[in-house]
Amino acid sequence: MSKMHVKLTVNGQEVEGLAEPRTLLIHFLRENLNITGPHIGCETSHCGACTVDMNGKSVKSCTLFVAQANGADVTTVEGLVNEDGSLGVIQEMFREHHGLQCGFCTPGMITRAHRLLQENPAPTEEEVRFGMAGNLCRCTGYQNIVKAILASADALNAQKEAAE
Amino acid sequence: MKDEITPEDRVANLKGMGSSRKRVEDVRFTQGKGNYVDDIKLDGMLFGDFVRSPYAHARVKSVNKEAALAVPGVLAVLTAEDLEPLGLHWMPTLAGDKQMVLADGKVLFQGQEVAYVVATDRYAAADGVEAVVVEYEELPVVVDPFKALEPDAPILREDIKDRTEGAHGPVRHNNHIFTWEQGDKDATEAALAEADVVAEEMIYYHRTHPCPLETCGCVASMDKVTGKLTLWGTFQAPHAIRTVVSLISGIAEHNIRVISPDIGGGFGNKVGAYAGYVCSVVASIVTGKPVKWVEDRMENLMSTAFARDYWMKGRIAATKEGKITGLWCHTTADHGGFDACADPTKFPAGFMNICTGSYDIPTAYLAVDGVYTNKAPGGVAYRCSFRVTEAAYFIERMIEVLAIKLNMDAAELRRINFIRKDQFPYQSALGWEYDSGDYHTAWEKALDAVGYDALRAEQAQRLEDFKAGKTRKLIGIGLTHFTEIVGAGPVKNCDILGLGMFDSCEIRIHPTGSAIARLGTISQGQGHATTFAQIIASEIGLPADDITLEEGDTDTAPYGLGTYGSRSTPVAGAATAMAARKIRAKAQMIAAYLLEVHDDDVEWDVDRFAVKGAPERFKTMKEIAFAAYNQAIPGLEPGLEAVSYYDPPNMTYPFGAYICVMEIDVDTGETEVRSFYALDDCGTRINPMIIDGQIHGGATEGYAIAMGQEIAYDEMGNNKSATLMDFFLPTAWETPTYTTDFTVTPSPHHPIGAKGVGESPNVGSVPCFSNAVHDAFRPFGLVQSHMPHDHWRIWKIARDLGLHG
Repeated sequence: MSKMHVKLTVNGQEVEGLAEPRTLLIHFLRENLNITGPHIGCETSHCGACTVDMNGKSVKSCTLFVAQANGADVTTVEGLVNEDGSLGVIQEMFREHHGLQCGFCTPGMITRAHRLLQENPAPTEEEVRFGMAGNLCRCTGYQNIVKAILASADALNAQKEAAE
Repeated sequence: MKDEITPEDRVANLKGMGSSRKRVEDVRFTQGKGNYVDDIKLDGMLFGDFVRSPYAHARVKSVNKEAALAVPGVLAVLTAEDLEPLGLHWMPTLAGDKQMVLADGKVLFQGQEVAYVVATDRYAAADGVEAVVVEYEELPVVVDPFKALEPDAPILREDIKDRTEGAHGPVRHNNHIFTWEQGDKDATEAALAEADVVAEEMIYYHRTHPCPLETCGCVASMDKVTGKLTLWGTFQAPHAIRTVVSLISGIAEHNIRVISPDIGGGFGNKVGAYAGYVCSVVASIVTGKPVKWVEDRMENLMSTAFARDYWMKGRIAATKEGKITGLWCHTTADHGGFDACADPTKFPAGFMNICTGSYDIPTAYLAVDGVYTNKAPGGVAYRCSFRVTEAAYFIERMIEVLAIKLNMDAAELRRINFIRKDQFPYQSALGWEYDSGDYHTAWEKALDAVGYDALRAEQAQRLEDFKAGKTRKLIGIGLTHFTEIVGAGPVKNCDILGLGMFDSCEIRIHPTGSAIARLGTISQGQGHATTFAQIIASEIGLPADDITLEEGDTDTAPYGLGTYGSRSTPVAGAATAMAARKIRAKAQMIAAYLLEVHDDDVEWDVDRFAVKGAPERFKTMKEIAFAAYNQAIPGLEPGLEAVSYYDPPNMTYPFGAYICVMEIDVDTGETEVRSFYALDDCGTRINPMIIDGQIHGGATEGYAIAMGQEIAYDEMGNNKSATLMDFFLPTAWETPTYTTDFTVTPSPHHPIGAKGVGESPNVGSVPCFSNAVHDAFRPFGLVQSHMPHDHWRIWKIARDLGLHG
């Protein structure tokens, strides 16, 4: 199958490559770019393990062609670490509050939480539960994920206040 | 030497047992740096993909590969014919049966593997799958296990037809796999005949699936130069896989290296051996290149490892005061097209004979009939120890059914039948020796915690309001007291395919006082790297943060039977403590030498040996480690390491008391779990944070199973639930919030008293949710309604009871 040229920004870096028109964004990230944080859990947009951030929106990269991401700005969980390599706030809070077990849903969860807290910087528990409903976890029962995201909101808001 | 820090500080520094130590795994998982099987990438790696049967029962007339082989990138298409010369077209199952690797003349379930396409990338492999042309001739389909046993039922397994003896004794029908009997039939029937009261009910625990978020997969790489096969995969039992691969392939075991990398949840799905593993190994041998196979979600739900599907007919006898005098159970077990249940060899229905539960039942009888149908094979322990969840569901429903018959409160009925604390170790009527328990204490603590009497009063008021037309919502109070049997198990009666179910740990202390430990188990999210280091820290006094944990590489880890059936802590955890104690024993001799006193004159104190009566004279474990390597000590070999292979003397018996309060809308069937209280007693607690996490997760799986999750088939054998659109996995939105609690009754035979906890919440929560639904409708005459209790089924209960006006 003939290949097309795609160019996008992933975690702040411009990348380009050749891909079949049918190539899914998740496969381009994982196989062409070796960005293996986003995972494949269902291929039907239900589980959210493949969630990445694209042009300021959470998207499920298993049901998006890389062609649709041509020219886009994409962030994956790898892009959420601090510049010095330490864990970002949400990553740290997931660790602190035991918001993960097997770790397979975690990159999608954290990437979605990152966007959710930009959409709504001070969510209630109910808003977090609703806002995270596109991401499935089989291990944690969500209780500690919710706790981690609420704690992240507090920490991020405190950071913001300190900066102002 | 002067010591400024207090003994309490020294204990805290270790982050040993009892500490809610943060998980060491999380640093890599939270930044997407886990290494799961699909993350593995090797030079020249090929991809395998299956052609699967659309029919549940059909003859395979022909497989035409021609068009597939013409697809760009497709290198090979394997069929049973290609595997036959290698003797690999069938493989042994864990249950003493055999299973087709690729369809050998016929297919027995929808989704069965028919051909394996090998291609340069996953897209080409998928193209190849589309291009393979298979000609089928449909055969009559049997999806009902009772119909499968009728005299004129179609013969499913023609390969073994007319046999009279199966892997587990005599068989009486071509579709009959085994009958397994336990207990005293005559005495039980006599107890039933003489009883004041007998309650009888059919309890169905429907077919479901563990559905870990990561599906099953592997990468097989045969190095033709060295003759060594490396197999990475989602294996819950890597060592057992190595032995099985060696036995069926003929490759010497030292030339096979099996590696379980990070595993994205298992829950029993990743215990078995699947066609994908065999085909990938063959493809790598044939092509000389690494071959990756990862199933998609639909393949996962259709073909690898269903769970449950037990029809449990029960009779329970009692005095009119409610004292249970006998329990009878006949189970019809639907095993699908091949008997691939993952149970210890001597237990074809697993530990279903724990079905007397938490109760002192003087006589009992259990018979289980295994049956072939045109459904997927499996029968795995979905987050439970070998059919324990079926057993717990059965007895906890039967108790409720009996309470209705006796017109008694179900909490009181449990109370008067619990095994008393002074009866442990307790010999059950179905053959187990329960190690320890204090059920009454746990039960009263749970009832107090939820304010049981006030809840019942509120429920009664709600019922009155409902009858008066003031509300359309009822309250259900779900009660459960479960007893598990986990930690398989004693080699004398527990093996899988002849492999004894001991487990192992090897610990090496480095000269500077840090350590590495390797185990025969493999974490799939349980946090072994965190918790096993805590056991070692407490036992030998080195900080958990200075101890590396490794599992899953058969070239480096000691042999063990893996992680499932809540066996890691009971078995490998015991091995860990025993290996650590061997190290401590040698350390004692070294310390005594360094302190110039007799071995018996030093005593252990948190992280050091000190001279008895002179605590200021001591050697820390760190100092001892350095000396062990670098000081010539008369009569002692250099070094400080130990290995332990632990064969447990008994299983462990964790238990718990769960109470759920549910609001049920009679008109829509919608439910809302208002509260869920879970008290667990898993003996000694290693990491309370991780225990709580396990309870939250297991209870959520139980919530799914009880309230909507199901592998459903139509009468043609079509799987109606093969995507996450149809197969219910709860989201954060509907998942309840849990309150956890505990009591501690250590196991008397386990070195640290731990019993295991990971599976308790799945075992305990399913009957708890289900009992809540039943309880809400009890005043209107509901006795039994099968799970899953989705909105439609609950709406139907209300309709059938005439509650829709």
